[in-house]
Amino acid sequence: MKARVFITLKNGVLDPQGKAIGHALNGLGFDSVGEVRQGKVIDLELAGTDAEKAKTDLKAMCEKLLANTVIEKYEIEIK
Amino acid sequence: MKSAVIVFPASNCDRDAKTALTQMTGKAPAMVWHQDSELPDVDLVVLPGGFSYGDYLRCGAMASQSAVMKSVKAHADKGGMVLGICNGFQVLTESHLLPGALMRNAALKFVCKPVGLEVNETQSAFTRGYENGQRVTFPVAHGEGSYFADEETLDRLEGENRVAFRYAKGENPNGSARNIAGILSEKRNVLGLMPHPERVVDDVLGGTDGRALFQSLIENLS
Repeated sequence: MKARVFITLKNGVLDPQGKAIGHALNGLGFDSVGEVRQGKVIDLELAGTDAEKAKTDLKAMCEKLLANTVIEKYEIEIK
Repeated sequence: MKSAVIVFPASNCDRDAKTALTQMTGKAPAMVWHQDSELPDVDLVVLPGGFSYGDYLRCGAMASQSAVMKSVKAHADKGGMVLGICNGFQVLTESHLLPGALMRNAALKFVCKPVGLEVNETQSAFTRGYENGQRVTFPVAHGEGSYFADEETLDRLEGENRVAFRYAKGENPNGSARNIAGILSEKRNVLGLMPHPERVVDDVLGGTDGRALFQSLIENLS
């Protein structure tokens, strides 16, 4: 089974990298670009076929290591 | 005072800490490798600066999961002293020994320079040797030192007098909330700070403002 975890900064947490990316895009002439927020994607391969168990495990992985829930939120996608 | 310095892969201020501790206490600290699950019997554990585990995932995230950190947590729970400097501060927040998080510097640049600080709280074993409001200069060297916590946590830290050091007016190098440079744990036996007191314990290194921190610890324990 394959899974993808999206980790992004919580709303209200300052994202200077996102801001810099936004400025750079504006500088390239992409005038339509407003606020930009960046994050990371982690792809995982998991043994087993039980999607519910995988979700529970992934949630624990996010809480314990993959995300810092003081500043980040996460979304889990099972493929 | 007996001390230990934890060595993670890519710690790079572990020997600075060793030199400072040796000079200040007259005894060399035990150097403890991150895979060791037991700590020697010590009063103070130092988590040094550096780039533990290459800053993979997040600064301090991998180090917080290492074998030795379980013992460091147990040491802190028993009331033992823990000092986290720079990357050590990041490890302490990732380990939930201190609240909040350290984020990318607001200006997206690595900063490496001496900065002016104010000692904001002297009621702790780490800061008793300073005057309240005393201005000191410690060097900083980090890319991710912007202290963040939600408003409620920041209010609590200030209400409980746990902000040990603040960047002096106009000196905040990284965009830290409320100019916070270093904070204490609830029991006041854990201090994390981004600036490097261990680099200013000898005139040869350009300053001695860090000596009082180590002296405070020594006097507290004797």
